[in-house]
Amino acid sequence: MPDIKITPLGAGQDVGRSCILLSMGGKNIMLDCGMHMGYNDERRFPDFSYIVPEGPITSQIDCVIISHFHLDHCGALPYMSEMVGYTGPIFMTHPTKAIAPILLEDMRKVAVERKGESNFFTSQMIKDCIKKVTAVTLHQSVMVDNELEIKAYYAGHVLGAAMFWIRVGSQSVVYTGDYNMTPDRHLGAAWIDKCRPDLLITESTYATTIRDSKRCRERDFLKKVHECVEKGGKVLIPVFALGRAQELCILLETYWERMNLKYPVYFALGLTEKANNYYKMFITWTNQKIRKTFVQRNMFDFKHIKPFDKSYIDNPGAMVVFATPGMLHAGLSLNIFKKWAPYEQNMVIMPGFCVQGTVGHKILNGAKKVEFENRQVVEVKMAVEYMSFSAHADAKGIMQLIQYCEPKNVLLVHGEAQKMEFLKDKIEKEFKINCYMPANGETCTINTPTKIPIDVSLRLLKAEAVRYNAQPPDPKRRRVVNGILCVRDNRLSLLDIDEMCDEIGINRHIIRFTSTVRFEDPGPSVKTAEKLKTLLSEKLEGWTITISEANISVESVLIKVEGEEDSTKNIYVSWTNQDEDLGSYILGLLQSMVQ
Amino acid sequence: MTNHSSPTAKEYINKYPPPYCLSNDAAKPCFVLSFKELLIMLDCGLSAHSVLNFLPLPPVPSTRLASLPNYTPPHLNDPLLEGELKECCGRVFVDSIPEFCPPLDKVVDFSQLDVILISNYTCMMALPFITEDTGFKGQVYATEPTLQIGRFYLEELAEWVSGGAGGAGAARRWKELLHVLPAPLALAARPRSWRRLFSAAALSRALARVRVVGYDERVDVYGALDATAVSSGFCLGSANWVLRSAHEKVAYVSGSSTLTTHPRPINQAALRGADVLVLAALTQTPAHNPDHMLGDLCVHATVTLRAGGSVLCPVYPSGVLYDLLECLSAHLDTAGLAGVPLYVVSPVADSSLAYSNILAEWVSVGKQARVYLPEEPFPHAALVRAGRLKHARSLHDDAFSADFRQPCVVFCGHPSLRFGAAVHLVELWASNPAHAIIFTEPDFPYLDALAPFQPLAMKAFHCPIDTSLNYSQANKLVRELRPRELALPEQYAAAPGGAAPRPHIAADVPTVLLRRGAARALGARRSMARATLSGALAARVAPRDVRAGLRAAPLQAALRVRDRRVSLDVAPPAAPGAPRAQAPRLDCSAPDVDALVHALGREGLPDARVERSSDGCIVHLPRHDTLVHVERHATHVFCQGDAAVRQALRRAIAACLPHV
Repeated sequence: MPDIKITPLGAGQDVGRSCILLSMGGKNIMLDCGMHMGYNDERRFPDFSYIVPEGPITSQIDCVIISHFHLDHCGALPYMSEMVGYTGPIFMTHPTKAIAPILLEDMRKVAVERKGESNFFTSQMIKDCIKKVTAVTLHQSVMVDNELEIKAYYAGHVLGAAMFWIRVGSQSVVYTGDYNMTPDRHLGAAWIDKCRPDLLITESTYATTIRDSKRCRERDFLKKVHECVEKGGKVLIPVFALGRAQELCILLETYWERMNLKYPVYFALGLTEKANNYYKMFITWTNQKIRKTFVQRNMFDFKHIKPFDKSYIDNPGAMVVFATPGMLHAGLSLNIFKKWAPYEQNMVIMPGFCVQGTVGHKILNGAKKVEFENRQVVEVKMAVEYMSFSAHADAKGIMQLIQYCEPKNVLLVHGEAQKMEFLKDKIEKEFKINCYMPANGETCTINTPTKIPIDVSLRLLKAEAVRYNAQPPDPKRRRVVNGILCVRDNRLSLLDIDEMCDEIGINRHIIRFTSTVRFEDPGPSVKTAEKLKTLLSEKLEGWTITISEANISVESVLIKVEGEEDSTKNIYVSWTNQDEDLGSYILGLLQSMVQ
Repeated sequence: MTNHSSPTAKEYINKYPPPYCLSNDAAKPCFVLSFKELLIMLDCGLSAHSVLNFLPLPPVPSTRLASLPNYTPPHLNDPLLEGELKECCGRVFVDSIPEFCPPLDKVVDFSQLDVILISNYTCMMALPFITEDTGFKGQVYATEPTLQIGRFYLEELAEWVSGGAGGAGAARRWKELLHVLPAPLALAARPRSWRRLFSAAALSRALARVRVVGYDERVDVYGALDATAVSSGFCLGSANWVLRSAHEKVAYVSGSSTLTTHPRPINQAALRGADVLVLAALTQTPAHNPDHMLGDLCVHATVTLRAGGSVLCPVYPSGVLYDLLECLSAHLDTAGLAGVPLYVVSPVADSSLAYSNILAEWVSVGKQARVYLPEEPFPHAALVRAGRLKHARSLHDDAFSADFRQPCVVFCGHPSLRFGAAVHLVELWASNPAHAIIFTEPDFPYLDALAPFQPLAMKAFHCPIDTSLNYSQANKLVRELRPRELALPEQYAAAPGGAAPRPHIAADVPTVLLRRGAARALGARRSMARATLSGALAARVAPRDVRAGLRAAPLQAALRVRDRRVSLDVAPPAAPGAPRAQAPRLDCSAPDVDALVHALGREGLPDARVERSSDGCIVHLPRHDTLVHVERHATHVFCQGDAAVRQALRRAIAACLPHV
């Protein structure tokens, strides 16, 4: 039994720092290469020494696949390619290749310039790293080498997010990255065909949540924002520059337009325009509606949303501010939070998941005081709201995807252990397939059935099809072929016996058995033969029986009736060695009839 | 699998797998191929040459066209012909809604087609004729830009043909009287099969059928084969198709270019080593180098503009237009004519210009690099923002006419000059020798296009830009691709004996010529099908050496066919009491008789008597009333009905027979 081995270096029973090692058919593939936002030390990056304690890493990894541009999926890539020294192929989609370097640079600035970290990758390293990336398009089948094939499917989670189907020989795996099964305001829903992989590696961020309808969540969000600004409060919405931010902007923009509101809305990024330009260029990756209307109206040209300036932080009066980063772990959003948190008319809305260790995670868990590295303590009096806008599949969506692609095994990553347990149970019960959830560093081995490619003679198949179609239709009927298996240069073929003789240039030696049965049956021998045929037809269901005069034949079995009109008949039964089964059965039948 | 109840055409074709050639225009191909019991249509090009026989349809009524004299053939008085024909400068035109020449529909029943594969948007214009109201039930595949830009072409065509003023109904009578009409009308090919353009509804139904594929995406066609579109380098989204099963490969190369322009470059590797290579849609203007033509165009335009004249380029709404805009605007900048406005007039101008800039994944590497900045891949977006380039749905758009300044360059359709905004502009400018018309599209002979506008004072230049393969590029490509067999339209072969030599494809592989309506056999023959063998079954067989490098064993397997995929697994045990066919045993030669006698003795059948004769041996076992007749190619055992004895005999024979 050939195996598929999976070892998560990150995202095993954990969210953040996705990095999964996959080995099958002698190939090693790294799925995502993310960093953990909750750590500032070496735990931030995956433990590459697991792959090879010392020496070059390139010979150990056949390719790296990045599912989308979020830093917990691609954040460690420059570290791996420029500092650890990986030089092999890296694959991602075109939008990911375009956007990932911007987010990486953003993060680098926060880490190095704000926090003063050293031993971090440089801007040049990010550029060099991205140069090594091979961009792929959706559904394009890419041969990484002679045996390893990959193919991207639409995942919907953010612009350019993809799921990857990976095949080596007859084994195949689907890795979902993060995905979303419900279309939103700017992206479509994830889609995959019935590819029946041996293993599906799926994220399970919302393993236990069934989210209420999207419209309700949106209405809720708008209501809360509106109520807060009406009372003169300030609303902070920490987001990542690309992705959810654009969806929420579209949402607020249309609401402001409809309600004719005048409160200022800011997007705190010099990047806004650039970010929106990416959405324009890659509009083929957005949803149907935006693609259809983009010629008339660009959804990413906002009228009400203005760029933010740092001096606005202390402006009096109501405002709504989108600020990065999304988990309040550094940067501008954290600065604004520190200023606004002590006032109870203000509000912070966390529109996505926050990993452990971030300020976002702390306040969502009800922390009323937050302490920072420099001993600064901030009191949190502002309202803290959590709205699940992050575009992950919920439990229903995950089950749906399993149904779509019909995997033989499922492996859960990118989720919390407890919730995974629950989902694992559900999957095993509902689909009757094995489900795994290895922890980081734990290797999971999955057996897959062997399938060996073989060439079958068309003559053999056609003869079988003729026999099969001659019988009344019955879906349960077993279909059987008989032939000669031929092995040459490690290639298999199944031939019919004559083709085999031709192939090796010999004459076949045929062995035939003949026995005689005496039968008292006055009358012409043709009559006797007809009686025999009736008997055989009853007993031999599914066989083709032919009769001509006093000769009956079934496959290679020949039956011949001889004798004068009023005397005992001699019935000769003759068959080739190969049809011993059938021949002896017919002979036995005739013998018992005679007695 | 689709169910084909009517066997007629399909069965015939299965016996003689041909590609059918349904189009007589090699640049607008349409073939039907039978492969693995599927009927596959390759492209469905629409030949529009027929429209040149019709009078132009001006977007606004034209007094000149309306006042052209009627034509009646000499010595003929046919009231039905009244008003159908008009004469202009000695040439006769049909005054009617223009008609097109769709692919032949009598040769292949379109309802039997399983798949249509489209290579690029110039080769799909006949799609509604094939798929609508014909009972067509198959699948249509094209790349996303092919579908979108094809839609622009078709919508533009439909709007112009239906939106023209004049055009008195449908003239029909003249088709009966071809023999008395003057050339070139008398030479029209099968005008009775010409059809009016489809309705807008049929058009949108046809386009709704198209399934979008990406480059290098393997499309599973009814489980029988994989079809893959690979980049052909000709235009945005243009593709060559590779059809592959486990043992056969057919490559269809249509509309390919090895030049560097805006689309992704051609992928030659995927086309190598095909059993059959079908080659179509080579350049229509082999004598003109596209680079030189582009240079000429810039020069002609500059000279005309400097002299205060305007330039009209009759073009399609996409394709070379993007290159023209890029090159001409840059050239005018250096020539000090940066103030000259450029206009694109088409019902789909805005969509075409906007759309081209979101196809980052389909453009050349250079253009793609701009997207990562992020900047638009084509400079025309910047030209539009700067107000240099303006686009309008039609000439009488208010915003457009208010803004219209001369001298200028206008790009608009249709290149045949039979409908669209170009008709009106030629009418308007024909009498002024300062203006110029520059033909760039290779689809129509430019003098024929201009015929109904004669006499013409404005300058006319012919700068055809056709980036498809020319003959020497195609010959080089065929040499590099090394197909086992080549199939091409007869127009691309060497001229028949006696005729003047012409450029042609000369390959040192067997070549099949395709003629409209005719079928020829192709070389791909199948004898094997790919299946999978389960590990459990493989573990049960123990192949024996037949000779060096070849091992074999009898195999009985349960056969499973699902979605046309064949898998072999361990056969379940037969129901007790019922016999079952066994895997064949391949015995290679006669048993050695002495060994046989010995073996019989071991099996408890002693006292065998051997009689040797010229053609073999007879082994007699008197106690069991059994004869074993051993000949060179057969051993025949005559025995009584005792099963135990017979099994002993079988074992004995098996023991001394070399076999597999």
